Amino acid sequence: MATTPPTEASAHPAALYPIVCDDDVVQFRHRVREAAVTAGLRLIDQTKLVTAASELARNALEHGGGGLGEVCAPLTAGRTGVRLIVEDDGPGIPDVTLALTDGTSGAGGLGLGLPGTRRLVDAFELWSEVGVGTCVTVEKWAL
Amino acid sequence: MERIPIVTMGESLFVTIQVDIDDRLATMLQDDLMERIVATGARGVLIDISTMDMVDSFLGRMFAGIASMSRILDAEVVVIGMRPVVAITLVELGLSLPGVRTALNVGRGMALLNSALTPVVVEGEPADGDDASD
Repeated sequence: MATTPPTEASAHPAALYPIVCDDDVVQFRHRVREAAVTAGLRLIDQTKLVTAASELARNALEHGGGGLGEVCAPLTAGRTGVRLIVEDDGPGIPDVTLALTDGTSGAGGLGLGLPGTRRLVDAFELWSEVGVGTCVTVEKWAL
Repeated sequence: MERIPIVTMGESLFVTIQVDIDDRLATMLQDDLMERIVATGARGVLIDISTMDMVDSFLGRMFAGIASMSRILDAEVVVIGMRPVVAITLVELGLSLPGVRTALNVGRGMALLNSALTPVVVEGEPADGDDASD
């Protein structure tokens, strides 16, 4: 695997945004949109990423009791795009597999919208521990 | 407190969502609309979302909710002007907005409402006949 210089990441420090109220979700969407435009994502990919950001931020607010959103761009590893990290120190998700199961018409899944969010992005990682919190990392790449 | 204005147009209500809507404002719009439907006896509601650059699951569910609540209150809802990228994203997200009527622009939305609201004149037929129409 090719090694990439870490200087690229440090030259563009990630921006951190608190998510503690409804308006923070809106503001986070704005920041993500700006990063997506700057990274050169197509309009459709901007829209998907902003929508994913909205879903994750709302989850952190509603289920995690508030959290922190992080916007990183550009990405390392020679890829252009935007990485979002949304974390909270809420109750955590007991069954991560179930949370990622698509629930149709109210059956199955946890109703967190995570399967849908996953479909909107190019990379998706969910970490959660009961009593500790949840952290979701997503990436959308420019073509 | 900021609110989304609801305009009365004949028998219909017209809403343009121009602000960057957050969850609280969306919920308030839902409540306000239901009150206005009852207060004005409106038969149709047009919601223009042409300036919205994203609709997430909460907002999508809100539109679906507004549509079903309004129907119970005898009013039809037409969501107007959804951007193509928003439609694509919504479906990929898993929301196909069942029960929400949509139109590309205000003109078509009005036409849709008018056709939905045209009173069906039934002459010389007993009122207790089975309603076979959908």
